[in-house]
Amino acid sequence: MKPTAPTARAAGLVACSVCHLLCPGKPAARPDGAHRCPRCGARLHSRKPDSIARTWALVIAACIFYIPANVLPMTTVTSLGAVQSDTIMSGVIYFVQSGSWPIALVIFIASVFVPLLKLAILGYLLISVQRQSRKRQKDRTRLYLVTEAVGRWSMLDVFVVTILVALVNLGALATIQAGPAALHFAAVVVITMFAAMSFDPRLIWDAWQAKETSDE
Amino acid sequence: MHLMACHECDFLQKIPPVPEGSAALCARCGSLLLRNKPKSFQRPLALLMAGAILFVMFNAFPFLTFKKGGLVHETYVATGIRDLADQGMPHLAALVAFNLLIAPGLHLLAFLYVLVPVSLNRRAPGMFRVFRYLRLLQPWHMVEIFMLGVLVSMVKLAKMAQIIPGVAVYSLTAFIFVMAAASAAIDPHEVWERWEAPR
Ligand SMILES: [Zn+2]
Ligand SMILES: [Zn+2]
Repeated sequence: MKPTAPTARAAGLVACSVCHLLCPGKPAARPDGAHRCPRCGARLHSRKPDSIARTWALVIAACIFYIPANVLPMTTVTSLGAVQSDTIMSGVIYFVQSGSWPIALVIFIASVFVPLLKLAILGYLLISVQRQSRKRQKDRTRLYLVTEAVGRWSMLDVFVVTILVALVNLGALATIQAGPAALHFAAVVVITMFAAMSFDPRLIWDAWQAKETSDE
Repeated sequence: MHLMACHECDFLQKIPPVPEGSAALCARCGSLLLRNKPKSFQRPLALLMAGAILFVMFNAFPFLTFKKGGLVHETYVATGIRDLADQGMPHLAALVAFNLLIAPGLHLLAFLYVLVPVSLNRRAPGMFRVFRYLRLLQPWHMVEIFMLGVLVSMVKLAKMAQIIPGVAVYSLTAFIFVMAAASAAIDPHEVWERWEAPR
């Protein structure tokens, strides 16, 4: 049997999440996490507190906001009395029809594909951690890091709305109003960013420890 | 050799001295442990100064101008934020303002606040806390995503009118590159270590 992997936790240490200083883990670390790094003052946690429950709650909240974000209008154009509302998907279809394929693809990836993929990946990571899976830990860690880095790009559509609203503000001639979907969509992006931050990738590797100690 | 735990998997490992310009990866999960960047505060400081000037420029100069026949409508970076608030969406306006103006501005100030004294071998009061908040701010600083939004908007309105990029568009583009170069030139470990030394 392999010896248990030497983690900071197994050695009774806590690595500071900000400055990476290795600090002695308090034998009875208080649950309020009042234990702080002596170098930078950040709170020390051997693992992020309530990581799984928090991440699940945020993933579910984001899923709920995702529906109105896609169904409700993102923008409403009023031009000489004619009113037209656009959802995220109808915006993508507009670009496809006008022949701007690359732009259609960029918006589709940032607004539809990335948020869904991010929620699916976080769900998968949570379930695999809860089942104490020991498979492909390295791949799952990489998957997590990519998910965390890419999620912010979904804000793209919110910024497009901001720019359109400013530019097409011509009084009676034409105006663009931000629709309720913009707010819901922004909520999806912000909540999924917090979800990714609250997930602790070290849990992926803790399964290894748990299995080995229970084998003995 | 120094002992370090991986931020992503908690694996405890000894790291041999990393040569300048190289990086150390975790032996278990392959994540980046640390990168030894050139030891100089001159370069990042110069870049941050340039960043501060560009930040003022992209806020002060015209951003995009809508032109159709004799109709000309000039906008600034902050125009869209104000218009969103006027349309009854103050939350969204606040979020965009945070991503576009507040987070990048604070980021710049915090970096300067920490680096100017550190480069003179001094410590600014509370700098550890500032440096810590700097890390929290990083993901919310979304100027580069906004820039992609500018491109999308210009394509979207191309058939409706002529959209003329102003000085702010170029300043914003330069700001993105300057800030990326500054972050790439700053070695956080160097800051932590220098700061510990004079105690
Ligand atoms: Zn610390
Ligand atoms: Zn690792």
